[in-house]
Amino acid sequence: MADIVALGLDVGSTTTKIVGVDSLGEMTWHHLEKTEARLAPQLARLLALAQQHSATEHQIPLVSTGYGRNLVPDAGRRVTEITCHAHGVYRALGHGGSLVDIGGQDSKVILISSHGEVLDFSMSDKCAAGTGRFLENTAHRLGVNLETMGDLALQASQEVSISSTCTVFAETEVISLIANGVALECILKGLHRALVRRIVAMIRALGLIPPLILSGGVAWNKAVCAMLEEELEAKVILPEHPQLMGAYGAALLALKI
Amino acid sequence: MSLGKKLLAHLQVHLLGTGLLRFQRWNAELAQRRSKKKFGEHLAPPLHISARTKELIYRHYLMGRYAQGVKKVAWVTSGAPSELFRAMDFYVYYPENHSAVCGTMRQCVSLASYAEEAGYARDLCSYARTDIGAVLSGKTPVGRLPKPDVLMACTNICQTVLFWYRVLAQHFQVPLILIDTPFVYAQIEDHAVEYVKRQLEDAVSIVERIAGKPLKWSRLQKVTQLSKATSELWLEILYTARHVPAPLSVFDQFIQMAPIVEMRGEAYTVDFYASMLKELRQRVANGMGVVKDEKRRLLWDNLPIWFRLRWMAELLAERGAVLIASTYTHAWGELAPLIDAQRPLESAARVYLLPILNRSTGDKLRLMLEMVSQFQLHGVILHSDRSCKPYSLGQMDQRDRLIHEHRLPALLLEADHNDPRSFSEGQAVNQLQAFLEVLGV
Repeated sequence: MADIVALGLDVGSTTTKIVGVDSLGEMTWHHLEKTEARLAPQLARLLALAQQHSATEHQIPLVSTGYGRNLVPDAGRRVTEITCHAHGVYRALGHGGSLVDIGGQDSKVILISSHGEVLDFSMSDKCAAGTGRFLENTAHRLGVNLETMGDLALQASQEVSISSTCTVFAETEVISLIANGVALECILKGLHRALVRRIVAMIRALGLIPPLILSGGVAWNKAVCAMLEEELEAKVILPEHPQLMGAYGAALLALKI
Repeated sequence: MSLGKKLLAHLQVHLLGTGLLRFQRWNAELAQRRSKKKFGEHLAPPLHISARTKELIYRHYLMGRYAQGVKKVAWVTSGAPSELFRAMDFYVYYPENHSAVCGTMRQCVSLASYAEEAGYARDLCSYARTDIGAVLSGKTPVGRLPKPDVLMACTNICQTVLFWYRVLAQHFQVPLILIDTPFVYAQIEDHAVEYVKRQLEDAVSIVERIAGKPLKWSRLQKVTQLSKATSELWLEILYTARHVPAPLSVFDQFIQMAPIVEMRGEAYTVDFYASMLKELRQRVANGMGVVKDEKRRLLWDNLPIWFRLRWMAELLAERGAVLIASTYTHAWGELAPLIDAQRPLESAARVYLLPILNRSTGDKLRLMLEMVSQFQLHGVILHSDRSCKPYSLGQMDQRDRLIHEHRLPALLLEADHNDPRSFSEGQAVNQLQAFLEVLGV
């Protein structure tokens, strides 16, 4: 049994995360799984799971976030990922900075003040370029594991230039590179570079407030971290649970309901 | 001009059409008065004047439908000195307004596809594609468009109009009058005014030739005076939103601006806006706000997203936010003091040189800051309009300055004024709601 007095539910395009916090805002329970096509039964199951793990029988206050936030009927509030990620990261790290959240559907850069407020934010364009989906699609096309593709990219001795940041066009470019016998690692490094440069442009457009913080599933990708550090000449800080920061922030907001 | 066509137009427009539209308006007004139904959880009911707006717009297009062979027809850009045509009794048609009507009626994509199939790129302005598509297909939600006898393009809003109207000139095989307006980087220069004035003088003789009659200067002065009165009333209408809570939103302004664009220079347009002002003053006196619980007041920059007006009004109103002022609707009133009916051509040269899109980006920033202060605004939404490059140019810098130099929250929202294919609802909702969260609502 966990001490859960508030819940945060982050319904993302790729994964759904649920976090429970105690009255002090400490993360006491969490769960992550792939977002299913039939969302309603999945959400009901996750909430029942949280209730099972909690010591209380009363309904636990809940804030939902993510693209599916409006599909959570029991949510006391529905808050955007931008505000939730900022809350979660600020509480987890104890300071502000420039937060980069590379999600499945979009990427966001969020400037967080030294008091934890969102100063400004930017979201990626209306396409999958510069998002986790870009890496997912190309990993699939190259037949490599999503979890290890970053490590493979870092092993490359050379880097090829991927001129297209469009997910669909990049795939075509990758096919052509494979046909020309270019080493897999070199292609992967080029793909990561294309993604990172797009993120860097977003950060520069807003103006970097150090330190640089990474959240979202792509934070586990070592090549993305290394290349961001290289491009921006700044150290990247990762919270302990980068993928859970949105749900954690939502849970912290649920404490105030 | 055949007598038969004149009689048919008189019957269809002035007897049957006008009567039917008036009857429909009375019905709508009666229904509005009797209705106890809530308009929305967060929004006030629409303005009573809306029924009259609808009547005016329908009548305008009805007149256009039967204009062929009855009146000379001019197709003009929104920033063209249409007073000249009005004074010569032309029917004046605005392709941009027609495209906006198509946009609000969700017909942009079906019409634009005709233009795209003919080879016009998706990167071109969606107004231009909608209009060219309507011309090529002969389809329109307003019945039928009158063929032009003359075209007038004024480059004070963009350079696209030049190429767009060349396409129209070639298609219809009619003369195109081009009014070239040099960009105003800082102050307006006398030589620029003189340059535009000379073009207008040349335009007068061309229009006289097409009309087959000379221009009566007293008539032009009268039309100019009516344009001035309309613009002054429009400005007063916009200024009612200085009150807290605001009696009208920018969404209302977008809808109610149709007559000032399409029908300025007419006595009935002056009368229409005088009634609208009266209604708004009554709302102010009653303390009635357009949003029931007004918490945050915002500025809008650029054209509207025509196909999502109601949706966005509700999305903002849910959290007590309302768009109070916009640089776009303000553009139709801000130059009213410069209009001088005694010197119609010189004043037209000055006025048509100075629309917001023909002035520097720094000047637009200055205007936005003035509006923020005058209307007590909390933040700015800059619509980065994929179709309107001249309006969107400079917005990144303007946004940076609003945030960093003036500590004003500002959002750059990517969309398109007419083409829903360049709009992503999920991302727009996220951006707008996150922006409201930054504003604390």
